[in-house]
Amino acid sequence: MTLLDVNDLRVSFASERGPLTVVHDVSFTVGTGEVLGIVGESGSGKTVSLLSVLGLLDKRVTTVTGQVSFRDQSLLDLPDREMRKIRGRDIALISQDPMTALTPVHTIGAQIAEQIRAHEDVSRKAVRARAVELLRDVRIPAPEQALDRFPHELSGGMRQRVAIAMALSCNPALVVADEPTTALDTTVQAQVLDLLRALRQSHGSSVVLITHDMGVVAEMADRVAVMYAGRVVETGPVADVFNDPWHPYTWGLLASIPPLTGPRQGRLYSIPGMPPAPGTALPGCAYAARCPSAMPICQTPPPEQGDGAHRALCFLDAGQRAKARPKAGALA
Amino acid sequence: MLATVLARLAQMIFVMFGISVLVFLIFFATPGSDPAARIAGRNAAPETVEQIRREFGFDRSLPVQYAVMMKRLFVTRDLTSFVNRGQKVIPQVLDAVPATLSLVAGAAVLWVIGSLFVGVVAAAMRDTVVDRGLMILSLIGISMPVFWLGEVMNLLSQSRFHDTWLFSWVPGLGYVPLSESVGGWFKALVIPWITLAVLYIGIYGRILRANLIEAYSEDYIRTARAKGLSPTRIMLRHALRTSLLPFVTMFGLDFGALVGGAALLTEVVFGLNGVGRLTFHALQNLDLPVILATVIYASFFVVAANAVVDMLYAVIDPRVRK
Repeated sequence: MTLLDVNDLRVSFASERGPLTVVHDVSFTVGTGEVLGIVGESGSGKTVSLLSVLGLLDKRVTTVTGQVSFRDQSLLDLPDREMRKIRGRDIALISQDPMTALTPVHTIGAQIAEQIRAHEDVSRKAVRARAVELLRDVRIPAPEQALDRFPHELSGGMRQRVAIAMALSCNPALVVADEPTTALDTTVQAQVLDLLRALRQSHGSSVVLITHDMGVVAEMADRVAVMYAGRVVETGPVADVFNDPWHPYTWGLLASIPPLTGPRQGRLYSIPGMPPAPGTALPGCAYAARCPSAMPICQTPPPEQGDGAHRALCFLDAGQRAKARPKAGALA
Repeated sequence: MLATVLARLAQMIFVMFGISVLVFLIFFATPGSDPAARIAGRNAAPETVEQIRREFGFDRSLPVQYAVMMKRLFVTRDLTSFVNRGQKVIPQVLDAVPATLSLVAGAAVLWVIGSLFVGVVAAAMRDTVVDRGLMILSLIGISMPVFWLGEVMNLLSQSRFHDTWLFSWVPGLGYVPLSESVGGWFKALVIPWITLAVLYIGIYGRILRANLIEAYSEDYIRTARAKGLSPTRIMLRHALRTSLLPFVTMFGLDFGALVGGAALLTEVVFGLNGVGRLTFHALQNLDLPVILATVIYASFFVVAANAVVDMLYAVIDPRVRK
């Protein structure tokens, strides 16, 4: 069943030179209990898309158009008051940087409690008991004492656990995790991912996992959407996209992961060039300038090819792909 | 927490000692001038100068001079003015304190409430007409010199509109002690309070607005919004709390300086016999003992106010507590 359905989402920021469109016609769906990974490099519009779905962008400088329906309710037209009831209760957000995501002057207990009390009418005592339970769920040692700690008294990994506990406090149907492990040490990253996976099972939430790490996607997600320059260039079930990637940008992303088997490579592959500056109006494919298999026709809007759930915005057909895609390791 | 407070108090006493040494040296150990002659004032008789030299120990070593001076300031409190023949200095300063303290404390209440209102409303309604209007009003408040505003207030309330219902309650200029009549004290000070507070409402309101807007770009505000909290709660509990530190810092400095005599212009315009006015007259007459006493009093107030601010920090921001 579809929980979140985003259709033709377009986000533009007001700038001195007129509106600057940073997200173009993005569509994706998230099913109940599903994990959708959204990958792309910095500035590809992945965070902005999700923040606009949550209504967290500054309304004075952004324009959001398209359809977003969550449980068959259209989110973009909801008045602020109604949207507030959904945020935190039905859709929760986990931010990228746990060091700055918590208000420094309140104890973590107070910050968890205020979210619960914003959505449910429960006694102080019950809230505290629930907060202890949540902290125990995210495996924070001595949760009773931890409640009265301030964020600065905890390490980065602990703070991210607190942020996760806070996000799960009202048993949301959907959790948006915005690069939840990017700011953490590698060992802590693995712990936090394990935790997210376990909690998804126990709390039954769907997850939108924003990341730039294909490894994280492979490990966590059911489906993946690859974003480039504000567009979803390829989407599909994780197994399909990893086994048979269609878009040259996805090839590049996959080639930049160091292989675990086989001979050691010299240098790791990196995609040459830079993504276009936001707002550059390109008639054709935005990736053409960096694409190893660009053709003259790429200067016109690429068609959407599809096979079941697997879709990509590219001119290359199956035959051309097989010829054009460099063999693993050959790009190095 | 208690250790922090005690450490801060000890620090405060140390700073006060340093200031008293410095002030003493500036007044009495400046090379090339005779402190006894300066204390005696203009056109003093040679016998007076000689008497002062003995009394203050200027014929002895500097540490002894310092000790004698501090004893006369704080222990025996018998430092006398020679310009105003034989008037005791310390009681004079102590008599002036209630007027200044009443003026500054009342104005401080007004300016804290006023600037919190201006800053919060302007930040909440950022870029709207209300925000622009408040910011322009603040700028006007900052731009009006306090002596001019005071005189205009006097002109309106004491003369032009004194006979109308609007200002008929305003008493004549001057201070009414609180112990004498609470109502009289209040009426005498309302207009000076407003006059003094206007400038600070403008400054503090604008700074608070800027800090709040900066806070709103922080991640934790986004977290608070993502939690589904109401805008009022986000503003008051998350943004305002973290934006108060610069506000409190400035408040400590300004309050200390004003009580220490910086409210001079307001005191002169409204005929309040406060510390500022006392210093002002002492400076005109080169009445050195009075100047010395008020300078030390003023610096002590600034130091004390800052110590209080540092303790307030610990209340506002848990990261400061250790």
